[in-house]
Amino acid sequence: MRILVALKQVAARDARLRVNAAGTWIDESDLEYELNEPDAYALEAALDFRDRHGGEVAVVSAGPERAGRAIREALAKGADRGILIETQEPGGGDPLCTAWWLAQAAAAENPELILTGLQSEDAGYGQTGVLLAELLGWPHATLIVEIEKAGAGLRLRRELEAGRFQYLELALPAVVAVQSGIRPLRYATLMGIKRAKTKPVSRLDPSAWGPPPEPAFQIARVYAPQRAKRTEFLEGTAEEVAAKLVARLRGEARIL
Amino acid sequence: MSILAVLEQAGGAWHRQSREALAAAQQLGKALGRPASAALLGRNLAPLGAELAAKRLERVFLLEDALLAPYTADAYVVALEQLIRARQPSYVVFPHTYQVRDFAPRLAARFRRWLLSDVTGWRLEDGTPVFVRQIFQGRLNADLRPSGAGPVFVSVQAGAFALAPVEEGVAEMERFEVRIEAAAIRTRPEAPLEQAPAAVDLAKAERIVAVGRGIKDRENLRLVEELAAALGAELAASRPVCDNGWLPLERQVGSSGQTVAPKLYLAVGISGAIQHLVGMKGSRTVVAINRDPAAPIFEVADYGIVGDLFEVVPALIGQLRRSRD
Repeated sequence: MRILVALKQVAARDARLRVNAAGTWIDESDLEYELNEPDAYALEAALDFRDRHGGEVAVVSAGPERAGRAIREALAKGADRGILIETQEPGGGDPLCTAWWLAQAAAAENPELILTGLQSEDAGYGQTGVLLAELLGWPHATLIVEIEKAGAGLRLRRELEAGRFQYLELALPAVVAVQSGIRPLRYATLMGIKRAKTKPVSRLDPSAWGPPPEPAFQIARVYAPQRAKRTEFLEGTAEEVAAKLVARLRGEARIL
Repeated sequence: MSILAVLEQAGGAWHRQSREALAAAQQLGKALGRPASAALLGRNLAPLGAELAAKRLERVFLLEDALLAPYTADAYVVALEQLIRARQPSYVVFPHTYQVRDFAPRLAARFRRWLLSDVTGWRLEDGTPVFVRQIFQGRLNADLRPSGAGPVFVSVQAGAFALAPVEEGVAEMERFEVRIEAAAIRTRPEAPLEQAPAAVDLAKAERIVAVGRGIKDRENLRLVEELAAALGAELAASRPVCDNGWLPLERQVGSSGQTVAPKLYLAVGISGAIQHLVGMKGSRTVVAINRDPAAPIFEVADYGIVGDLFEVVPALIGQLRRSRD
């Protein structure tokens, strides 16, 4: 099967976030980036499916030059080729616009299955895959924790709330948003990293596609949240804070 | 009509977040001086519809069709698109549930819009609402202003409107006829199943030590196991730790795991994404150890320690052992 995986590169989880001067997103200078972890699970599911059933895994990302590193990482883990949609859109960008770019790229690729992660760890709108399915006119499924072939389509296991789940069948072509944890993530091997350098990455210029959809929302302001609860911060050396905590838990909290 | 709350039910029972979405829609209507209505989809909706008819709403729309139960995204999108085109609400408010995440973005895209997911509140600026939501897993907030033409689709975060009242009143009930073709439904869902029951019932634990991604490696779990033993606590985890396969899923606390309310909840290396917080914020005393002072776990902590867990936890184990002797 021809599988396309949509990836996003996001600020590294332990990066120090500072609001930018305009107060509209984070300051992106001197920032470490990494592959959005939920998308790493989508990639993992795609590689696993290909390893079992054959076919090809291509990865696509919309972003600036640096997003090429997320594509290389996917190639090092075993994806066959990459597509970079060269945009300057910052990370807080419009998900419908991103889905529209991905739809243009997907229409040219004509895959049978597109996989995405559940959400991005930066903006976290959690819907690019679903929007993409609508723009392509394809069916979709979300929160998927198992993907199997069933006749001409797929049989999926979907996570529900309250510890429940269900199976569902889905016709192809389709977009599937996978739930994180679907399988253990593989690491890139040295051989994989070496091979990735020879794998093709094509570049697409979105200005050739005409204007994307108008934004439905605009970020007016980004700021640190106000604390709702009065937290007592314990300070000192590790020994000191440990002693203070045990005293609090025994004293005012009456737990020990 | 101006505000439409799309509420969730299954088999005649409310989804518990429906109440919050209803309260949010009423509150938004009041702020804007415009009426709110509510819609329900499924089969045999009369009993739930009657409950809604006693709330302060302009109308209650019942969308009943054999193809709306069981739930499929395709059928829900077709039905709600027809209602929204006919009644043209300015704002459509959903609870932020798994089901809403599945269909509402697709519905919004029919109007060349997207869903502003998981909003925690709003404020009025020049008479129009600016919506607030968390970004970067709760480390920052963003205010977003609707732009362009067409309905504004938002879903409200679980717990964000828990304290907002649902006002009583009288609403007119209307059966809104939908036309859904069976061929439009491209997924075939089977009946929901229960996971195997968890061997560990964390809900009964009086003390819980919960570990997050900050533990970095499976090998390091021994450290928090020792801490749990020293405290006489159960060991729990946030989702990423279970996704990595380091601890079994049954020890996961959060929206996709167990909900707990112990006397002591000690969070070690957990940043505190909302999905985790909803599972533990009923705890009586919360302690958080995290090296990031901006981590949202401190939002719900009584005692916070900003520091390296690999230094603090061993010191704490030592203190606990000495204090017991």
